[in-house]
Amino acid sequence: MTGLTGAEQSNFPEEQMSDWVEACEAADIDEEDVMRFDHGGRTFAIYRSPDDEYFATDGLCSHEKVHLADGLVMDDIIECPKHNGRFNYKTGAARGAPVCVNLRTYPVKVDAGKVLIQIG
Amino acid sequence: MTKAMVIIGAGECGGRAALALRDLGFEGPVTLVGDEPHLPYERPPLSKEAMAGEAPAIKAITSDEILAERSIRHIHSVQAVAIDRAAHVVRLSDGSALPYDKLLLATGSLPRKLPMPGLGARCVYLRTFNDAKAIRAHLRAGNRVAIVGGGFIGLELAASARKLSATVTVIEAQPRILMRGVPAEIAETIHKQHEAEGVTILAGQGIAAITDDGAEVRITLAGGLEVVADLAIIGIGAMPVTGLAAEAGLTIDNGIAVDAELRTGDPDIFAAGDCCSFPLAVYGGRRVRLEAWRNAQEQGALAARNMLGAGETHAAVPWFWSDQYGLTLQIAGLSDEGHSVVRRDLEDGAFILFHLAGDGRLVAASGIGPGNAVARDIRLAEMLIAKRAKPAPEALGSQTVKLKSLLAA
Ligand SMILES: Cc1cc2nc3c(=O)[nH]c(=O)nc-3n(C[C@H](O)[C@H](O)[C@H](O)COP(=O)(O)OP(=O)(O)OC[C@H]3O[C@@H](n4cnc5c(N)ncnc54)[C@H](O)[C@@H]3O)c2cc1C
Ligand code: FES
Repeated sequence: MTGLTGAEQSNFPEEQMSDWVEACEAADIDEEDVMRFDHGGRTFAIYRSPDDEYFATDGLCSHEKVHLADGLVMDDIIECPKHNGRFNYKTGAARGAPVCVNLRTYPVKVDAGKVLIQIG
Repeated sequence: MTKAMVIIGAGECGGRAALALRDLGFEGPVTLVGDEPHLPYERPPLSKEAMAGEAPAIKAITSDEILAERSIRHIHSVQAVAIDRAAHVVRLSDGSALPYDKLLLATGSLPRKLPMPGLGARCVYLRTFNDAKAIRAHLRAGNRVAIVGGGFIGLELAASARKLSATVTVIEAQPRILMRGVPAEIAETIHKQHEAEGVTILAGQGIAAITDDGAEVRITLAGGLEVVADLAIIGIGAMPVTGLAAEAGLTIDNGIAVDAELRTGDPDIFAAGDCCSFPLAVYGGRRVRLEAWRNAQEQGALAARNMLGAGETHAAVPWFWSDQYGLTLQIAGLSDEGHSVVRRDLEDGAFILFHLAGDGRLVAASGIGPGNAVARDIRLAEMLIAKRAKPAPEALGSQTVKLKSLLAA
C-alpha cells in the first residue's frame, strides 16, 4: 500500500488537508483497474496499478469527454473506451492519436483502507 | 542530401502521417497536399455529433499553428493530378510540380454513386464537411428525409435526423440492414432501436426509379411503394480513390495494392488508409481494404515509419465503431472469418458475439450496448485475436470469467 505515513501527513498545511476527499474503499478497485468518482459537480477516475499503487486523473477523456472509467487499464496506461486514446494515468500524459491534450492528475493517499484524493 | 516527403490527401491518414514524420525526428521537407479547403479533420462526427448543433463544427486533427511550428507545408484546395515516377515529381492542379523522394498516397475513398438516372440537387452523399453542412440545413421537424442504404453512415444519419425531429425512411435493397460485416443479431438490435425512435425501415426493397424535380424526390421501389422526400441521402458504400495511382501504372486490386509494409510496387511510393488494400497478417495475409478511422491513423503512422526506412509490417487487428442514439457498436476483427459464435451478455442489454474459426481460434468480436458498455471487452477480445488465442467457448460465454484473465493464459 502506498499513501503517506502519519508523520508526513502532519506536515500538510491546514487548508491543503481540507482538500482531501474520501473517494472509495481501497478494496473497491481491483488491481490494474479504474473506478469513477464524482464529487462537487466534477468527475474523476481513480486507478489501482498492477503494483498496488493508487492514482487519480480527470474523469473525462480530453478528446470527447467520455468517462475513462469505462476504459481498460494495462500497466500504467488507461485506454479511452470510445476511440482507444491512451494516457499514462500516473503522469496524465497523452500517448498519441487521437488524444493530444494531457489529463490533469491529483494526489492520492490511502488511509485506514480508504482512498483519498486531493482535488484542489 | 535530405529527402523530401510528399503526402497526397490531407485526411485522417495523411494528416497523421505528416505529424508522425516529425514525431519520428525527420527534419527534411514534408508537404501535405489536399484538395479540400480545410485542415485535416475527423470525418466520423459528420454523421453523428456534428449534426446535433445548429451548424456543424469542424473537428480538425491539427492546427495551422502546429503545422507551422513543425514545418509541415499544407497545400490545400489543390489536387494532385499526375505522378511522374521516373522524375520523382507530383504535378498539381495549380500547375506546380512537387519533387519527392518518398511519396504517400492517402487519397481516401468517396461515396459509391447510385447508378441510376433521375438524381438531382436533392439527392446527396456524405463524405466531407461541406456535404455535412448542406445536409444539416435540411434536418428539421416537418422535413422528410429518405436514406438510401442501410449501412453505417445512413443509419447514423437516420438517428441524427430523428433527433432533430425530421421524418425518416431508410430504404435497403438487401434483406436486412448492415448486411456487410455485422452479425444479424446485432443488426436486429439496431433495427429495433430505429423503429422505436420512429424511423421507417424498408428492407429488401430495391429502387425501380427516382425523380428529383429540385423541390421533392420521388423514389419508386421495385414492389411499387413510393417514398416522397425533401432530401434523399445516398449511403451505399464507398469506393477507394485510385485514379492517380492507376494512371501512374501502380497495381489496383480493390484499392491501391500495397504489401505488408504499405509499399506499392514502386519502392518509393506508399499508400495507406481507405484508399489501399493490404495483406492482413492476423488472417494469414488475406487482402482487405478497410474503411475505418483507427486503421487510417495506424496506417498513417506506419507509413511514416516505413518512409523513413523502418521496414515494419502492419500487424493491427481491424477495429470499428458506430454510434446511433445511445447505442454504441464496436467490432474487432472481421466476423466473416468465423464459423461459430458464442454470446456473452453484459449489463443493461449489452452483449458481445465472439466469432471463432473452425480450429477454435478467436477471430472477431462484435458488441453492442448503451454508452461504452462493450468497449473494455471488445478491446480485450482484440488483444486475444492479435495473440491468435483459442479461449474456451464456455469462458467467453460466461459473464463471471474476466476476459483479462484469458489474456494472461
Ligand atoms: C460520415 C462518416 C462517418 C464515419 N464514421 C466512422 C466511424 O464511426 N467509425 C470509423 O471507424 N470510421 C468512420 N468513418 C470512416 C473514416 O472517417 C475513414 O476511414 C477515414 O476518414 C479514412 O481516412 P483517409 O485519410 O484514408 O481518407 P479520407 O479521410 O477520405 O481523406 C482523404 C483525403 O484526400 C483527398 N484527396 C483525394 N485525392 C486527392 C488528390 N488527387 N489530390 C489531393 N487530395 C486528394 C480527399 O479529398 C480527402 O480529403 C466515417 C466516414 C464518414 C464519411
Ligand atoms: S473520446 Fe477518448 S479517444 Fe475519443
